[in-house]
Amino acid sequence: MRLSETQRMLAHKTAPLRSFSGLVRRLNIDGPLLGGLLLICAFGLFVLYSAAGENSRLLINQAVRLGIALVAMLVVAQLPPDFLRRWTPWAYVGGLVLLILVLTKGDVGQGARRWLDIGVRFQPSEAMKLAVPMMTAWFLHDRQIPPKLGHLVVIAVLIAIPTVLIAKQPDLGTSLLIAASGIIVIILAGMSFKLIFGLGALCVPGALVLWNFMQDYQKQRVLTLFNPDTDPLGAGYNIIQSKIAIGSGGLFGKGWTNGSQAHLEFLPERHTDFIFAVLGEEFGLFGVLMLLALYMFVIGRGLYIAVEAHDTFSRLLAGSISLTFLVYVFVNTAMVTGLIPVVGVPLPLVSFGGTSMVTLMAGFGILMSIHSHRKLLPH
Amino acid sequence: MNLLAPIKDHHSERRLFIGRAILASVVSIILLGLVIARLVQLQVFDHELFAKKSQGNRVRIEAVPPIRGLVFDRKGRVIAENLPAYQLELIPEQVEDLDDTLSRLAAINLINTDDIPRFKALSQSGQQFKPITLKFRLTDEEIAHFAIQRPRFAGVDFQPRLVRHYPHGPLFAHAAGYVGALNTNDVQRLDPARYAGTSHTGKTGVENSFEDKLHGDAGFRHLITNARGRQVPANTSELLESLPTDERPAPGANLHLTLDMDVQRVAFNALEGRRGAVVALDPTTGEILALVSTPSFDPNLFAVGMSTSQYGELRDSPDRPLFNRAVLGTYPPGSTIKPMLSLAALETGATNLTRKTVCIGYFQLQGDEHRYRDWKPEGHGSVDLHDAIAQSCDVYFYEISGDLGIDNMHEYLTRFGLGRQTGIDVLGERPGLVPSREWKRNNFRDRDNKRWYHGETVIASIGQGFMLATPLQLASAAGTLAMRGARYRPHLVAAIEDPLSGQRELIEPEWLGDVAITNEFYWDNVLEAMHDVMQGPRGTARAVGFGAPYQMAGKSGTAQVISIAQDEEYDEDELEERLRDHALFISFAPFEDPRIAVAVIVENGSSGSGVAAPIAKAVMDQYLGYGDDATQ
Repeated sequence: MRLSETQRMLAHKTAPLRSFSGLVRRLNIDGPLLGGLLLICAFGLFVLYSAAGENSRLLINQAVRLGIALVAMLVVAQLPPDFLRRWTPWAYVGGLVLLILVLTKGDVGQGARRWLDIGVRFQPSEAMKLAVPMMTAWFLHDRQIPPKLGHLVVIAVLIAIPTVLIAKQPDLGTSLLIAASGIIVIILAGMSFKLIFGLGALCVPGALVLWNFMQDYQKQRVLTLFNPDTDPLGAGYNIIQSKIAIGSGGLFGKGWTNGSQAHLEFLPERHTDFIFAVLGEEFGLFGVLMLLALYMFVIGRGLYIAVEAHDTFSRLLAGSISLTFLVYVFVNTAMVTGLIPVVGVPLPLVSFGGTSMVTLMAGFGILMSIHSHRKLLPH
Repeated sequence: MNLLAPIKDHHSERRLFIGRAILASVVSIILLGLVIARLVQLQVFDHELFAKKSQGNRVRIEAVPPIRGLVFDRKGRVIAENLPAYQLELIPEQVEDLDDTLSRLAAINLINTDDIPRFKALSQSGQQFKPITLKFRLTDEEIAHFAIQRPRFAGVDFQPRLVRHYPHGPLFAHAAGYVGALNTNDVQRLDPARYAGTSHTGKTGVENSFEDKLHGDAGFRHLITNARGRQVPANTSELLESLPTDERPAPGANLHLTLDMDVQRVAFNALEGRRGAVVALDPTTGEILALVSTPSFDPNLFAVGMSTSQYGELRDSPDRPLFNRAVLGTYPPGSTIKPMLSLAALETGATNLTRKTVCIGYFQLQGDEHRYRDWKPEGHGSVDLHDAIAQSCDVYFYEISGDLGIDNMHEYLTRFGLGRQTGIDVLGERPGLVPSREWKRNNFRDRDNKRWYHGETVIASIGQGFMLATPLQLASAAGTLAMRGARYRPHLVAAIEDPLSGQRELIEPEWLGDVAITNEFYWDNVLEAMHDVMQGPRGTARAVGFGAPYQMAGKSGTAQVISIAQDEEYDEDELEERLRDHALFISFAPFEDPRIAVAVIVENGSSGSGVAAPIAKAVMDQYLGYGDDATQ
């Protein structure tokens, strides 16, 4: 098997560069996926320029990060899924070590310990966003599908360890997203619906117990999250302003760089978590639907790649990466439109601040690798 | 791999996966459908409403901080008020280059270079659209100077605000406390909705412990601003109709303290130039009439803001002006505990009213060479309990200490409120310490140190050794003596007043129980001895009580700062000032119908009767209406 793979790579190397599509194939790139991603990024830069008050320095900064992220994607696309799978446990354990290091000697920024400085500064929780679904898929690769109860318990532990470590930083948003990426894997692996709904039902009494243990002021904060109008100066401010921005955009928007909510600085976090509101204000429902359609295309392509994949690991991993991306999109857009409480999740590939951009693109690199390194197995 | 494991069926696995993938797609479409439905609702159906809200002129919600409650003394004289002043503010998100702006402000002397890191941290931690205050009170000159340069400082402006003001400066600094600028801790601790727009919070004293009452609730108003963020008149716009109505701030409650400014001032002046504390209270209610700790400081420095170096000077001064000695300072109580121990000894039968001791100036335990000295080297001769209190004979108490025992001492002194918090209504009060066998067992590691020694009982009988008490505890104990055992919780706040309705919630005196002494006759004798301390022929403080227009009772004390070696001569003049004994005095008056109890401590004052007692007398004179008006 390895031999034939090598032969195929050699064949690629020797084949003449006939066309653009030939080059794309040689680099293990998936054309439709790359196209969708590039369109989202381009659209994002366009909106960001306006959201950041027509600040070109910031725009260049973001473009450079995008470039780095695209390079990361290309590099990851060259790694065959078998190779990734072999290294998965090491990546997972290494990630855990880094998370523990962060908790003990990490840098503190904005009240939380998230950064580690070993030559370069980075957040180990970012690496965990890929390592956790990889580890879960790795565990299920050699095992029976749908998973048995005992295996589910092991997986629950594998997911819980990094989740708790990241929650302790504290970074509740990221830890929940990472837990979600692992849970998606087991749901895709065919965990029974009885179990899914049973566990879901257990959350309700759990939440009630938690509520009873909370202090009054903590309860008040939770209530404010669900009803921002009671606290127009504090937690509710962002969401009131962002609803005004989106609503006043109407069908076609106020036009690029003409959003008054954004440009008169009423909208906080307008170039980071709340950039979706700027889009809604300046491009209207039309622009918003365009972006959502692009996201849908990318997610759909990801799921297609997952279905086409040839082994358990690749399938589960590709599915999880695509659906986690959907979770990001949904959580951000739902929070900005006031459907769910405000949690700090950026709009993927569009919000400024690219710490997560590299991870996202590396994830898409894995999707491309899975698609272009398909093995011929009997169907 | 386990050979018995079922072989993977790739086809059924793939079918299962496709099923789940389809399900996932459906869920994805539903979720995004929800978002799209919401967008349609906002952008199509409610578009007009939101368009109105964001049209032409913009609405800005601004917090309106409440007016902090005033603080009065017991006769309605102002202790803390609010004065209008202009302050310099910076809105982080409107500043382009924070470092540059701050260093240029420092260059024109509006802020201090030392404070730049603090302002940077503040402006990066909070919400970016909320102003932070750079300077709390601008002089007219500074306002004029800055007004010319304002265009050079985007995001920096001056605003009229109310600033806390303490008209009597250092007089009430420790009793009433002070407010200071919110720090990052406060910001995390306090309710952001209530404190929106608030810049200060109570840090010490009643300003701190009654913060919740004094502060009030923030309101908010909607400002119509033009494209540059400047306010325009609101009545020209129909926009306001679509907005929720403004909410007025609810002002904080006024506090009426039990303190009497005249008594406070007399105590403060009497302590001038010394390190010490005075606590005076009404023994029938526990109302604190004066609470002074010196040296003091100007609390306005905290309200207005001072430079880091100014604060460092206050904090690091060897005289510790910021330290509230009255409530936080713990001192060996010395002979001031003798009346309480006498009652304990009578009640437990360790002594009786006729027992006599010949005092030869020192006391020795059997089989021990160590001499426990009396303060009077030549001795007091033959003394009974009454003389032992009036003349403060140490040897008498050394003698009965063995019969009384440390655990009885602990029991009765604790009943008088020593060794535990009095429950005063300011935070951080120290409990002091009354030792016992159990305490020693629990608080020492070494086996030898865990044991209680008889010699330790001997020195405990004159309030030395491990024993520690705060001036507040001593004043409360003096009041309990005056009341023949009835204890009341000392407190500073008499009433909380709603500033709008003027209604007052009165704080009722809280009876804490009685120190149970069964025989009234014991009280008569011990209190009579305390009376003789001040007005008897051989009392230690007779020079102070002589010729007074009312009857009073008291007890002096000195607390050793260093121990004097055996046979070494004690020469006060040669002793460095800071190594001299602390002078203590407790007293109450009038003797027949007590209305005031006082405790005084003068650090390194040497003599309780000579230095501390006159201060106590001046305080009682003032309160009982015999004050020298010139001191006011």
